[in-house]
This record gives sequence, C-alpha cells and structure tokens, in this order.
Amino acid sequence: MTAACPACVALPERAAARDADPDLVLHLPDIHCAGCIASVEETLGRLPEVREARVNLTLRRVFIAGANIAPGPMIDALAGAGHRAQELDTGRLGRQGNEGRDLLMRIGVAGFAMMNVMLLSVAVWSGAAGATERLFHLISAAIALPAVAFSGRPFFASALTALSRGRLNMDVPISLAITLAALVSLASALFGGEQHGWFDAALALTFFLLIGRYLDHAGRNAARSAAAELAALDVSQAILLEGGAERIVRAEDLAPGDMIRARPGDRLPADGVVTSGLSDLDRSALTGESKAGRVGPGEEVAAGEVNLTGPLDIRVVRAGRDTALSRLTDLVATAEAQRSRHAGIADRAARAYAPVVHILGAAAFLLWLALTGDAWRALDVAISVLVITCPCALGLAVPAVSTVATARLYKLGLLVKSRTALERLSEIDLVVFDKTGTLTTGAARLRGEPDPAALSLAAGLAQGSNHPYSRAIVAAAAERGLEPAPVQDVTEVAGRGVEGRSGGRRVRLGRPDWAGPGDADPDGVALGDGTHVTLFTFEEEPRPDAEECLRTLEAHGYDIALLSGDASAAVARIAGRLGIESATGRMTPEEKAAWLEARAAEGRRTLMIGDGLNDTGALSVAHAALSPGSALEAARSLADVVLLSDRLEPIATLLATARASTVRMKQNIALAGLYNVVAVPLAFSGHATPLIAALAMSASSLTVSLNAARKLA
Amino acid sequence: MNVLAILIPVSVSLGILGLAAFVWTMRASQYDDPDGDRARILDERYDDDPAG
Repeated sequence: MTAACPACVALPERAAARDADPDLVLHLPDIHCAGCIASVEETLGRLPEVREARVNLTLRRVFIAGANIAPGPMIDALAGAGHRAQELDTGRLGRQGNEGRDLLMRIGVAGFAMMNVMLLSVAVWSGAAGATERLFHLISAAIALPAVAFSGRPFFASALTALSRGRLNMDVPISLAITLAALVSLASALFGGEQHGWFDAALALTFFLLIGRYLDHAGRNAARSAAAELAALDVSQAILLEGGAERIVRAEDLAPGDMIRARPGDRLPADGVVTSGLSDLDRSALTGESKAGRVGPGEEVAAGEVNLTGPLDIRVVRAGRDTALSRLTDLVATAEAQRSRHAGIADRAARAYAPVVHILGAAAFLLWLALTGDAWRALDVAISVLVITCPCALGLAVPAVSTVATARLYKLGLLVKSRTALERLSEIDLVVFDKTGTLTTGAARLRGEPDPAALSLAAGLAQGSNHPYSRAIVAAAAERGLEPAPVQDVTEVAGRGVEGRSGGRRVRLGRPDWAGPGDADPDGVALGDGTHVTLFTFEEEPRPDAEECLRTLEAHGYDIALLSGDASAAVARIAGRLGIESATGRMTPEEKAAWLEARAAEGRRTLMIGDGLNDTGALSVAHAALSPGSALEAARSLADVVLLSDRLEPIATLLATARASTVRMKQNIALAGLYNVVAVPLAFSGHATPLIAALAMSASSLTVSLNAARKLA
Repeated sequence: MNVLAILIPVSVSLGILGLAAFVWTMRASQYDDPDGDRARILDERYDDDPAG
C-alpha cells in the first residue's frame, strides 16, 4: 500500500497503542522539544522488551507498553541518552478522570447548536414573521432542546444536589434560566404565542458558562496531576530481610516485627529500633536540626530520617499509616480541608448574587402579572430578567484570570495547588522562613581557611563517604584547586569516621575523640595522623539567591522572620549573614505554630515557607503556605504553592503576580456587574429582546476574557 | 420561500457535520497532548516510514 498521507496510516495504529493500558509510566522532568520526544522514543524502542513507547510532552511522561517491563533498565537507557527519568507509581497517581473530556464534549455540542440556532434567530430578528417565524422557532426547538438537555447536565446535577440539601448555589438560577427559557419558548412556538423565542439565549448561556467551568476544571486538574507527580516520586521502598536474603518491597507493605535494612543514603521507610549497625542520621526534615545525629543498636529511629554513613538493620515497630510521619501527614490533610473552606472571591460574589437573581426574576413576574394580568407576558419578562442577570461573565471572571496567572507562574517554576491561593497570597504582609532546607541548601560548608596539606589529605579520605561533612570537605578542596591526596585502604567506620593509610601512617578523619587525642568537640570533625590533629568546623550554605530574594521582598514592603528548630547559634549565624532581624532558634513545631497564631491575632497575614515535618504545624496555621519541591510530602501537601526549581527568587514574582491577578479578578467582577446595572432595568421594564440579551451576554463574556488575557503587571 | 426547504436542511446538516468532526477529534485523543503534537510535526521519523 502506498500511503498518500503518511499521518493517516500512522494514526489509527498509534491511537490504539496509546489507549491501551501502559505497563510502565516514567516521569521525564526535563524534556521540552521535538528532539527530546524522538530521542526518548527511539532509545526505548531499541530495547527488546518494549513494544511501544509514547511520550506525552504536555504531561512530561512516557507511557511504555511491553512484556516483562522493569523500570531499572529503562531509566538507565534514558540516562545514557541524556534524559533524567523517574518512576511514577501509577497506583498512587490515581486514574485521571474523564471529566475534562466530558466538559469539552458538552462545550462542543452547545457551541454547534448555538451557532445554528443563532442563524435562525437572526432571520427572526431581522423581520421574519408569521408562519416563517413559527417554523424557525420549531426548528430551533428541535436543535436546542436536546442540546440543552445534554450540555446543561453539569448545572442541573449540581443545582439538584444543592436544592436537595436545602441550599442555593449559583447553579440554581442558571438551571432555572436555561430550562425556563427553553420550555417557555417551546410552548410559545407550539401554541403560536406572540412571545419571544429564547432558544439562542438558553444555548449561549450554557456555552459561556461551560467554558468558565472548563477553565476552572483544567486549572485544578493540572495542579492535581502535578501534585500527584510530586507525591508519586516519593514512592518509598524498603529492603526486607527474610532469613538473610534481601527483598525489595513497598514501604506500605511492611508490618511491625519485620526486619529491614537501610543502606547509606536511604530515607527510612518505617519507625523502628536499630538491632545492629552504627551510623549517623540526618534528622533535619523532622526536627530542623542541621547536625547529623549518631545512632547505634537499641536506639529508636523514625520514618523520614536519612541514613548517612553505615548500613543499619532495623526491627520495624510502626509501619505504613501508623508511623509518626504518616500520622502527621493525616493531620495535615485535615488542616488542608479546613483551609480550603476559605471562600474565594468567586464564591463570595456568587453567594451574594444568587438570591438577587431569584428575587428579581420573581418580582418581575409578579409585578407584570399584577399590572397587565397577562401571565404569558409576565413570564416572558421574568425570563428575560433571569437570562440577563445570569452570571455568564461572573462564571468566567475568576477562572479566566487564575488560568492565565497559574500558567504564567508554572513557567517560572511555581506550582499553584490551591484554588484560593492567589487571593490569599495577595493579602500577605509578613513572610516567615524556615532555615534548614529552605533558606539554606541543607548542605554543610567548611568554615575558615585550614592548612592546604591537611585539607588535601582530608579530601582524600572523605572522597568515598556520603556524610554531609565529608562532602563539604571534598567540595572545599575542589574550590581551592587542591588535588585530594592519595590514600590507601580507606574504610568507613560507621558512626565514627573514615580511616586509611597515607605515606605509611594511619590517618583518621572523623569524630574528634576518635581521630586523635582531644576533646569531643560536638561541632566538627578532626583529621589525625597520630601526631597532629587538625579540626574542621562547618557552617550551613545559604541558597545562592537567598539574600537577593530577601532584599527584593523587603524592597516590596514585606516583613521577614526566620523560625528554626536548629541550635540558636547556627540560626543567629545565618540570620546575620542574610540580614534578618527577627530570627528565633530552638523552636519546637508547636512553638512555631503558636508564633504564627500570635501574629495572626495581631492582624498580620503570614506566608510560611518551610520544608520539614517540624514546619507542618506552622504551614497549616499560616494564611498561605509555600514549600520547596525538595520538601517532605507532608509539607508539600500542606503548601498552597510548591517551588519546583531550586531557586527562591520566584517568590517575589509570585507575590506580585498574586496581587496583580486579584486586582484583575475584582475588576472582572465589577465589569460583569456593570452590564447588569445597564441591562436589568431594560429587562425589568420589558424592553429586553432576545437580541439584546444575546449582545449583553456575549459582550460581557468577551470583555471579561480579554481583560483576563491582558498582560499582568 | 421554497428555497428555505433546501437551505435549512443544508445548514443544519453542515452543523451536524462540524459537530461530528469535533466528536471525532475528541475520540482520537487529539486534545490529550497539545504540546507534543505541536513538536511532533517537526519530526522527520514519519517522513519516509509512515508506519514507524
């Protein structure tokens, strides 16, 4: 077969493969162009077990189908081609609902029906009368009624739910206007009344409102899928020890009593007690403490801590949903639900507006009935009031702005998760930072200028170690252009340090009391070669753009505070370096939350920026919350906004954008209201025709959308 | 006015044709990956080997 159009032949087959359930989904955070797509698909296609690999650039994922697919070889193959890939746990990712597609279909039906009915209506408006007018109305009815019944279902369903709970929401007047307009026009078309035909109005109303609803849905869906992506990256695995053999299982499947092994570099998957092994643990995510703590047999460890130096065998005490980490995450989920009750501008406007629409409609009907005694005429006026006051533009006012703002922020590396985040961020006047992992990178940095020979020897010893202090020594040596000295027989003594031989002497780098004769200085490591002892001390490295970010925030008039669980001296050092006046150290998670509540009681609106479990209390009580992408899942799930890049600098842009877009939302609501001020008296006095209603609706929806698309300041 | 008897069915069926086309694009997943489709048109792989 010779293909006249290559794409036509290629299409059906590809579509079929795409719809099939993929066996593996990988997240590709860095792909961005046609070349990336081709290279990923070709790299994976060359692997024998892969039947089909299809990249989705919008979601930055690749869907792989085939037999016996294992993530390891795929990720390695992609790394060879220069692509970073991470496994996504499709189970936790959840099925993406078809709601978006469903709404799009309804928009399409409403749009096509509206265009056809509008054509017929134009004929009526321009003078068709008598039998022609009636015929046109009947044809319009035949098109409009099924279309309205299909497209309007989201509104009808939501209105029914609200009514059955005895409440009013914005969908009640919308449904009322749509159904009444369609049914009364049908009656008048059938029985030859002299009334207006409102079919095009019913369809236009459905069409514009569906667009607003779709934008709202698409925005939330994008945030949800990106958040699921972040959560899925956390897939934690555990090494289960069964009769001496190691087996990899999911952390959720662990049970109390299981024996697990944690290798250096692993995040602990469960709470437990160490049975053998010596190591250092990085507890900064849980406590904010920047210094690693030492553990040995018999000591308790908690999920979320990171094992640094030696392998640990651990007997599981609490696993899965019972771990301290999980329980905190659950608490956090409840707090999140509470904050999402914060009524956004759109909700407040709708709440004030819904009763007004009903009262106006009913008043128009009763007044005209009393004055003219003509029920048909009164109904006609009431419908025109309902149709004109119906919040087409109001439905678009807020979602259109937040769609534009959220898309802009996403490009800057900011993921806006909460619907009302922009509005709350616009009210902020105090920005509160956590220290470890937020203002600082969490990595240590060598202090002072040690002897180059000692540093080079220390770097030689430290090269193979994972401990943050070792990495700091290697980095410091490289920074000064020093070659690490050759060291033989390097062994890592867990919980103590590194040992080796250099120039025939035994050298040790580690805890000061172990490396040489000396005091146990708690803050630093010592290099001992039997005779000399050199002490290295460390400080934390602030993020490169931390200072710039703070200065920008100050210049925009925000107050800044630093709350940390770390030792006061370390906090004071960082605060001094970054020029923060209000800094407090040694704070427990409860104290942090209490501090923020005290500020809230003073009327301050706070933005909390934190990454650890010790910040979750503070993140949940703050007016708005932000966390870096490297944060623990508990912190990220609480945050309204997640920073996807390693930089802090977008924070200032975020606050500026939030302010600008909130102003824009209020403008839009005012614009939508303005149309009503003009159109309602017209409708009320019985002068509104379907033509005027159509013009008012389209014009206000267009104005509002264009205003939203205008460049944000 | 007899012309209406022809023109109205024509206009309505054109509308239905448009709607059918829209439904087809929807079913063929053409709105699932707008960024990817925009990039794929530049890809040379489909030029000589349409099935690949």
